[in-house]
Amino acid sequence: MAEGHATTTQGSPRLQSNAPTGDVTTRWDRHKFDLKLVNPANKRKFNIIVVGTGLAGSSAAASLAELGYNVKAFCFQDSPRRAHSIAAQGGINATKNYCNDGDSVWRLFYDTVKGGDFRARESNVYRLASVSTNIVDQCVSQGVPFQRDYGGLLANRSFGGAQVSRTFYARGQTGQQLLLGAYSALMRQVDLGKVKMFARREMLDLIQVDGVARGIVVRNLITGEFESHTADAVLLCTGGYGNVFYLSTNAKGCNVTAAWRCHKRGAFFANPCFTQIHPTCIPVSGDHQSKLTLMSESLRNDGRVWVPKNPGEARPANEIPDDDRDYFLERRYAAFGNLVPRDVASRAAKKACDEGFGVGETKLAVYLDFRDTIKRDGAAVVKGKYGNLFQMYAKITGEDPYSTPMRIYPAVHYTMGGLWVDYNLQTTIPGLYCLGEANFSDHGANRLGASALMQGLADGYFVIPYTIGHHFATSKLPKITDDHPEVRGAVEAAKARVNKLLGIKGSRSVESFHRALGKIMWEKCGMARNEAGLKFAEQEIAALRNEFWSNVRVMGSGEAFNQNLERAGRVADFLEFGELLVHDALTREESCGGHFREEHQTEDNEAKRNDADFCHAAAWEYTGGHDSFVGQKEQLHKEPLTFENVHLTTRSYRE
Amino acid sequence: MTTPHAHRGLNLTLKIWRQPGPNARGEFRTYEMQNVSTDMSFLEMLDVLNEQLIAKGEEPVAFDYDCREGICGMCSLMINGQAHGPDRATTTCQLHMRRFSDGDTIVIEPWRASAFPVIRDLAVDRSAFDRIITAGGYVSVNTGNAQDANCLPVGRDRQEKSMAAAACIGCGACVAACKNASAMLFVSAKVSQLALLPQGVPERARRVTRMVAQMDKEGFGGCTNTYECEAACPAEVSVTNIARLNREYLRAVVVSEEGV
Ligand SMILES: Cc1cc2nc3c(=O)[nH]c(=O)nc-3n(C[C@H](O)[C@H](O)[C@H](O)COP(=O)(O)OP(=O)(O)OC[C@H]3O[C@@H](n4cnc5c(N)ncnc54)[C@H](O)[C@@H]3O)c2cc1C
Ligand code: FES
Repeated sequence: MAEGHATTTQGSPRLQSNAPTGDVTTRWDRHKFDLKLVNPANKRKFNIIVVGTGLAGSSAAASLAELGYNVKAFCFQDSPRRAHSIAAQGGINATKNYCNDGDSVWRLFYDTVKGGDFRARESNVYRLASVSTNIVDQCVSQGVPFQRDYGGLLANRSFGGAQVSRTFYARGQTGQQLLLGAYSALMRQVDLGKVKMFARREMLDLIQVDGVARGIVVRNLITGEFESHTADAVLLCTGGYGNVFYLSTNAKGCNVTAAWRCHKRGAFFANPCFTQIHPTCIPVSGDHQSKLTLMSESLRNDGRVWVPKNPGEARPANEIPDDDRDYFLERRYAAFGNLVPRDVASRAAKKACDEGFGVGETKLAVYLDFRDTIKRDGAAVVKGKYGNLFQMYAKITGEDPYSTPMRIYPAVHYTMGGLWVDYNLQTTIPGLYCLGEANFSDHGANRLGASALMQGLADGYFVIPYTIGHHFATSKLPKITDDHPEVRGAVEAAKARVNKLLGIKGSRSVESFHRALGKIMWEKCGMARNEAGLKFAEQEIAALRNEFWSNVRVMGSGEAFNQNLERAGRVADFLEFGELLVHDALTREESCGGHFREEHQTEDNEAKRNDADFCHAAAWEYTGGHDSFVGQKEQLHKEPLTFENVHLTTRSYRE
Repeated sequence: MTTPHAHRGLNLTLKIWRQPGPNARGEFRTYEMQNVSTDMSFLEMLDVLNEQLIAKGEEPVAFDYDCREGICGMCSLMINGQAHGPDRATTTCQLHMRRFSDGDTIVIEPWRASAFPVIRDLAVDRSAFDRIITAGGYVSVNTGNAQDANCLPVGRDRQEKSMAAAACIGCGACVAACKNASAMLFVSAKVSQLALLPQGVPERARRVTRMVAQMDKEGFGGCTNTYECEAACPAEVSVTNIARLNREYLRAVVVSEEGV
């Protein structure tokens, strides 16, 4: 085993990771044994709130109900089946080694720590890799129709730059099938009376009693009524915050509201600046653009990325001979070629466009070309593998990717940052847990392809069912009712905020504020960041936020179905959160994973980490009081990261 | 397919169903749109309309959506009488304005079915679908019960048929397109997916009887084989699944002890 590497960073006493030490391969087993249990007959005495019904939320709610707990589950869509997880395309990783190509738990652990650029906790990553196989078993037993070979056994593919084939998939709709599996488990518990499902409800605040999370305030989106729900623990499974950039591959409703509300009540927010830009998305077509569409990166297995060698190139793509094409990923990264990790591929595309080699009308695109694969394997084979993606591309752009190369450009896709959680997935607020993309736990500074689905389901099926019992077994949780002052106070605070939004009656639309925020974030805090730009962004966001609270126009009333009001609340929270994201990016004086500071790069324009000073998770504590927002009131706490098993090395994808 | 980057501005007349609430009376209102880019999606066109309405101080049109990628099943809309509009295998969020012509009048309505009551304008309540799944659209397996994923081989043919049924996005277009507002295509998709797999077999009789009973209870109509559902389905779920549903149902009622 490699020699331990300790960082010089001073750890904050407020951040107890509760991760076991010693042999990494037995940590989870030992930890499970040390956790206190709730006896089977007592489980029915505990109530759990699960906010969010994506992979993390549905799997958690179903599994906890199976154990005997009483669960209430919430989502803002009209059905739990529509959570954003449904949109995941490419697949889910599991170290089954069915392909006999050298995969193992250790290899996935290693790949994930390295891929995350050494900014994740080793204990968590090892656990994630080791439960990955159970996840696939569980999904298959629910009837998830994963792709199979002719012999009837499961098929695998290599995905997102992995050098082994460990990705399980269901057409290009893996997220859909996994979510429908988890949703069916959830609805089964609804049928059995152990889960009560509340759709079209938006969580607007957290209820805390004596510092412990004891419930939530939601708005019924159909009637506009405010409801309070109390419980013995609250699980946030509310997804990522990519929409702070306005344009992203996330569903339109994705938001930071639930996490941000909890942050303002004491949950530390970790590594918000770790955001992932996905290299293969359909480029922006105009000002009307409302979201960006991802083209699964499995396309990079067969498509070749290039730009013309001449900046002023006027010929159509197909008429440009190979000698005049720059296959820049293959040129720069001999070993990995088109399969380099997402952050590396995205930055290379941006660099090509910044240097004037971009293609298409906006010049903010590069080609992804299947010509050679079609020549080699035939159009039918390509259609078999990527038919639905090609069709989607054609629908959106009006172009035929079989005959002209696709145009692609990077877009915001995933957020590694999130609420800080310990090894038990508990936030810094006792009784408040955070699962899935909403937490910061396993991906460090960059997430590998097909690992988010794995993490969401690991958290929900195989981690929280073990860890939550410890909270019940070791805490005093006196019964509280809806007329408890803390409950009433939280409801009143949520109501007041909604009324405030409705009362401004300004002249600028919610949408326009969101777009303006997104533009600042993307330009100053997107694929490349620098000190001057980030400082400028901090001021711009504060100014925009002030304008929002004096000039936003929110239509309609609070006592009805009002989508404009829903969006206003989410944008208001993004306007506060965006400032923290930028501040975190400014504070992290290094480049790592998805966070690229222009001041910190090698001569070859590769990211330059600073392990001496930044080998830590940055967890921010809001100190400004939950009922208002005061900028610059964030205090930094550090959780040092030690690498005892995977050597801290510079990532290299060149050789 | 149009030439790349051909921007044409369309002038359109929209006739949109406006209904302030579930119990309020609804009516069509007419809106003129100028210079609509053909690169816009249909929902982006409605976003632009809503921005214009807000600027004028009018209430924006309510309509459901989330992913805008054709997979979550949240968007809906009858467009000129067709569920999800004129393109086959395409949800409203994936429909693009290049499909329309300058000067067109477009009539936009909510899904119409008594089992899908209108919430507001174009947004409807589809919770009936969740209740049908709750009645049996699952395999009873607790977390941790599973054996190794490769223990039960599934022939590729079956797996592909199962996947084709599982592709249903639960949008409700099948119900909206059917003159009887039947939910048979939706129910058959789930019943087929699970009946085709070994994992689904132990509960097949109970599943189909309970799901069909719930479907009837929700007030969906019967199937008279007009296949409008299949034509409207953005996920291309085939009506052969309805035939399988009927077989499964018969089998359950005739053969199974727990069937009726
Ligand atoms: C286009 C696309 C493709 C992807 N492809 C892959 C892939 O191939 N492989 C992979 O591993 N990962 C992929 N990902 C990433 C992955 O899909 C997500 O990270 C993951 O699904 C997140 O799951 P989740 O359960 O944490 O959250 P989500 O699925 O986002 O669920 C969030 C839930 O929280 C609810 N919610 C949010 N806020 C509130 C609130 N205030 N009140 C009430 N409810 C609320 C929502 O209703 C929803 O139910 C992809 C992502 C995108 C955008
Ligand atoms: S918005 Fe998700 S399918 Fe149309």
